[in-house]
Amino acid sequence: MTPEELSKIASAQQETLKKYTHRIHVCVAAGCQSSDADKVKDALSAEVKAQGKEKCCLVKGVGCMGLCSAGPLVSVETGNILYQEVKPEDAKDIISSLDGEPVQRLICPTDIPFFSKQKKIVLENFGKIDPETIADYIAVGGYQALFQALTEMDPPEVINEVLKSGLRGRGGAGYPTGLKWSTVAKADSTRKYVVCNADEGDPGAFMDRSVLESDPHRVIEGMAIAAYATGADQGYIYVRAEYPLAIKRLKNAIKQAERQGLLGHNICNTTFNFNIEIRLGAGAFVCGEETALLASIEGKRGAPRPRPPFPAQSGLWGYPTLINNVETFANIPPILRNGGDWLAAIGTEKSKGTKVFALAGQVKNTGLIEVPMGIPLRQIIFEIGGGVPEGRKFKAVQTGGPSGGCIPEQHLDISTDYESLATVGSIMGSGGMIVMDETSDMVDVAKYFMEFCMSESCGKCTPCRAGTAQMHGLLDRICSGQAETRDLALLEELCDMVRNTSLCGLGQTAPNPVLSTLRYFREEYTMKLTDASAKAAAK
Amino acid sequence: MTTQTSIRVKTLVIDGRDVSAREDQTVLQVAREHNIFIPSLCYLEGLHPVGACRLCMIEVKGIPKLQPACVTRIKEGMEVVTRSERIDKYRKMVVELLFAERNHICAVCVSNGRCDLQNMAKALDIDHVGVPYQYPRLNVDATHVRFMADHNRCILCTRCVRVCDEIEGAHTWDIMARGRDSRVITDLNQPWGESESCTSCGKCVHVCPTGALFEKGKSVAEMVKRRQFLPYLTTMRESW
Repeated sequence: MTPEELSKIASAQQETLKKYTHRIHVCVAAGCQSSDADKVKDALSAEVKAQGKEKCCLVKGVGCMGLCSAGPLVSVETGNILYQEVKPEDAKDIISSLDGEPVQRLICPTDIPFFSKQKKIVLENFGKIDPETIADYIAVGGYQALFQALTEMDPPEVINEVLKSGLRGRGGAGYPTGLKWSTVAKADSTRKYVVCNADEGDPGAFMDRSVLESDPHRVIEGMAIAAYATGADQGYIYVRAEYPLAIKRLKNAIKQAERQGLLGHNICNTTFNFNIEIRLGAGAFVCGEETALLASIEGKRGAPRPRPPFPAQSGLWGYPTLINNVETFANIPPILRNGGDWLAAIGTEKSKGTKVFALAGQVKNTGLIEVPMGIPLRQIIFEIGGGVPEGRKFKAVQTGGPSGGCIPEQHLDISTDYESLATVGSIMGSGGMIVMDETSDMVDVAKYFMEFCMSESCGKCTPCRAGTAQMHGLLDRICSGQAETRDLALLEELCDMVRNTSLCGLGQTAPNPVLSTLRYFREEYTMKLTDASAKAAAK
Repeated sequence: MTTQTSIRVKTLVIDGRDVSAREDQTVLQVAREHNIFIPSLCYLEGLHPVGACRLCMIEVKGIPKLQPACVTRIKEGMEVVTRSERIDKYRKMVVELLFAERNHICAVCVSNGRCDLQNMAKALDIDHVGVPYQYPRLNVDATHVRFMADHNRCILCTRCVRVCDEIEGAHTWDIMARGRDSRVITDLNQPWGESESCTSCGKCVHVCPTGALFEKGKSVAEMVKRRQFLPYLTTMRESW
């Protein structure tokens, strides 16, 4: 395919869409699908037929619209109307109202902070394009960034733009993406690989899932650009088998891209070749750790190995390998389109761009949001999230999943960036954000996460395998009122030891939920202790 | 026979002592050459190091995190500290965790008095186990004609897995399940005696640090492990 052919597809698709005076978008991402969005879509299509409006009215499945708690969501793009909690029975009213007044009882206000405070870069196509149609992605400028890189830039220029953008890894650790790319690019090797880490496993996190379900081509484009910049010709997407819809859409997207010559040999009539294969995870959380992920792709047991050597020097089958997270790759096409400086202008000094969060827990508006880095946590929870429902009091927000920590009310005004979150004992993580209200028992929360780490430990290194089991046992004793002060002291010693001696990130961060709840809610622990000195201290 | 390779020699400091080493050596190897004690259980000369037991953690100047000495390559001018209050405490805890994790009852063990785990506890001055014993229910596999596997004594160091794969080339042993449920298995978790890949060479038995793998017919404290074959085989292969 040539750039001319690409723009031909884009304008043809734009023309096709323009023919319809009414374009109705139904969210078909996993959240809305679980509340029967498929049936709503079928009902709407049937109703369009019944009313004989096929020529002027298009019903289209689109990606996540964000406000998952109000799903299934339906938007009438042409009238800028958003409907919430739509049922198949509502189809008739919606279609009949197209030329007149919108259906008041279903309207979801779009001027609320949930929508207005967000800044969408990664999610820009969400709710707009059909994730199963490549032409839809091309019509909104898709694959232009790849063609621009291939025809107008040499690999160092591409890396330079990524470096300039200040983009940091969105998987959690925040390693500078451009630096990683240039390390792989400089590695001297006959083969190189690009790997996309889509093994999203944090409880309550669904950012990567949404991106793959709603805009899979963007990830493919990002990977292809990365492959061009680093000199790789083979890519792998490691996605967990628990995401069947994401896998289906990815497979479909890869097939479409191959058919259009956007993957394969001589892409854009250049010498650049790139293929992508999907590898499915078999349910191990630790396979999100990069060395375990690579072992799993190679068909080995998913256990991490000591670094160095880092995958950028010696990764898949010993070849230099670039591993980035889904959201990181999704950031790449807009960086090339708009330039690195454009992204660098958004966010804080050290954390650039936006971050997608999966807002869940005791908060009114649960769903998928994207905010500029540096926005205060309070704004995310109370303005975008709408605060805690049913008049209950906010207690803490958990970021970073089992590797992260709980942040209490007094620290809610910190800015949401990698460094600030670390100073209060949590981490940015991949973007899970679980809000807890006054009814939550923080020791129980810590126990829950420890149980998760214990059962997800691969068992290779002693501190993580045996240490998490011991810590879980101690937390269980504390929760059931059988522990004394010395048990708490032992728990703290184990936290220190497991954090400092474990082999991989899972073990090194497993104590974080305990440490952060101890830091802010220590009295909840001491209140549960049974010995006299603890009782005295609690008073 | 031997080929001339251009391996450079570097100097580094371990516990304040200037030492020289080949650049392809690890801190653990160099320390042992100079009689500096760094404890380890999963490491065995002749097998690939895996950095799993976490006993050999050391401090390297300029790196905030502790590093496992068995997989840390030496560098010119590197400054290593092998003991500190913190490291000693962590090492003790690792051994205590291992003791509490399974059912290590030395008094009735074939390896009593000749056990790497027991010796490690002695070397680190461990006089009690501070974490609660877990008492898991584990089986003994006595299906093999000559050997037995007692999972109550296993510390999951994977020496058996590595020697079987790397030296014998049979890959009979591997690990199944994860976390505290991890267990060494033969073939696809068949009884050892029914394993089709096992050559009954006994290498696994002799590299096993504890009484988890032992010869049948041995009573308490009678199991002597002979590991001379390992450096011999490795050296022979290297020079061949």
